[in-house]
Amino acid sequence: MRSSIVAVLISILTACGAPQSQQGGEATTGGRVVIQNKGSDTLVNVAQAWAEAYKQVDPNVAVAVTGGGSGTGISAMINGTVDLASSSRKMTEKELQAASARGVTPIEHVVGFDALAIFLHPNNPISEITLQQLASIYGEGGTAEKWADLGVKVPGCDSDEIVRVSRQNNSGTYVYFKEAVLGEKEYKLGSRDMHGSKDVVDLVENTPCAIGYSGLAYANEHVKMPCVKKEDGAACVMASEQTAKDGSFPIARPLFMYTAGEPTGALKSYLDWVMSDVGQCIIMDKGYASARDVTCPG
Amino acid sequence: MAPTPPDDHASDRRNLDWYVDRGMRWIVTVGGVSAIVFIIGIFAFVTREGFPFLFDGFEAGEFFGSPAWRPTSEPNPTYGALALIAGTASVTGLAVLSAVPFSLGAAIYIAEFATGRTREVLKVLVELLAAIPSVVWGFIGLSMMNPLIIAIFDVPVGLNVLNAGLILGLMAAPIMTTIAEDALKAVPDAYREAGEAMGATRWQVTMRVVLPAAKNGLMAAVLLGVGRGFGETMAVLMASGHSINLPTSPFDSVRALTATIAAELGETAVGSEHYQALFTLGMLLFAVTFSINLAADLFVRGVRRG
Repeated sequence: MRSSIVAVLISILTACGAPQSQQGGEATTGGRVVIQNKGSDTLVNVAQAWAEAYKQVDPNVAVAVTGGGSGTGISAMINGTVDLASSSRKMTEKELQAASARGVTPIEHVVGFDALAIFLHPNNPISEITLQQLASIYGEGGTAEKWADLGVKVPGCDSDEIVRVSRQNNSGTYVYFKEAVLGEKEYKLGSRDMHGSKDVVDLVENTPCAIGYSGLAYANEHVKMPCVKKEDGAACVMASEQTAKDGSFPIARPLFMYTAGEPTGALKSYLDWVMSDVGQCIIMDKGYASARDVTCPG
Repeated sequence: MAPTPPDDHASDRRNLDWYVDRGMRWIVTVGGVSAIVFIIGIFAFVTREGFPFLFDGFEAGEFFGSPAWRPTSEPNPTYGALALIAGTASVTGLAVLSAVPFSLGAAIYIAEFATGRTREVLKVLVELLAAIPSVVWGFIGLSMMNPLIIAIFDVPVGLNVLNAGLILGLMAAPIMTTIAEDALKAVPDAYREAGEAMGATRWQVTMRVVLPAAKNGLMAAVLLGVGRGFGETMAVLMASGHSINLPTSPFDSVRALTATIAAELGETAVGSEHYQALFTLGMLLFAVTFSINLAADLFVRGVRRG
């Protein structure tokens, strides 16, 4: 709600400042160009870092970043209220239809990669986990309810219940985990649905019985990350920038920026800069993998 | 020039005071009417946003009978609100159970037994308790009650019905206390004097004379406390565990109607089916709190008439 109010305020402000051109989208205020960037909470930290750094590159361009979720950003891009939608998932069929109904051709830009790490309490003896096991923990009809079902005993978890920590149902992370791990199945009801990646890590950190998932960037030293196997015989891969980018980590996803039509002018320069060495080092610095190979200083 | 006024006296009165009087009267009227305008406006807005869903996609059987709230599931979203209703009901129920004894006790003490300074200090403190922001209560639930419940009851997660219910009870108690105290104060002193004149002790007078005389007002106090609990969002969101469950024990995590709206509305595309479904939850909340407040109001009116 708050972010949509902010978005409304911003769009009112920019609308007052200068006429908003329909094609490129970005508004110019006295020679200064404002690019509106809205969307994924996963990407919001990176998007803000990019916007901040871009001030030095082109002082005449200001990038206004708001979060709100991938879906919010994409619908704002379709409606023409923002120039750039950041998203942690691909656009859905429904969204593509909505776009073509409004005569908008969304252009997809892969700006980096994220690995969905699995988090366990440090007490948990599990060091590798298969996608099938994850599906039987999180998926509807899955049989794993107790840690004993996975053949382990977790010290400090007397009830032996698997406490499933998940995300609220409109986060890109939630949608991607469902797609990559559960496939066609639904989530089991009764998971603790946290309102941010950091909350997931916090709860897992304090709960011996818990298991959770979140972007790799949110990992810390108080939680344990098991390696993940695609199927039983496959190699067990640790979540890392490297394994996310080369595709060997089974639950890694590309991160997107969407524009309405081919970007032009200031928007194009901004996206080109995001894909440059400097831009890509910023996303790596935030704990994600870059979209292409770069060597960063320090 | 204006035409000559028909009445000389009337024009005599049209000095500055007359205009101030008219102006202030108008402003006060606008203030009074605005409450009605706002309530109708809010109702119309919530209904308008949720209405399309009621006609298209809404199935009463699913909405009230299924716990499966999966509004973002593609291609078949389900909108079962049963678990959310059960979550709100269980948390509110526990809150009332825990708040009623304390707030009635506090109200009786303040109204009937405390005197002088004690009384004044207590009244101020109770009102101060009502001024604590709900996010602070939520924080207490999250960071104090959570480890406490885990330690005492040996459950894996302390964010559950018990936690949210107790927090909500603490939040509802000041309102219940203040209104219950007003209800007790409204009982005429003659009742008490008559009781004492017949040789009853202070406690006997309170139990057999004052409480029965104030019962409608006390009922209203409890109902308004329920309404407070029903509509509370932030503290419940933080302390309940936010998990879709039909609770079978106080140690189950649940999710409340209000918390669902708060958590999901910000990231929902405006006008989508999910958005409309959330507004339908809002309509349900509005209808329930409206009925509770109306009932409380009717009880208070009963007191005044009686």
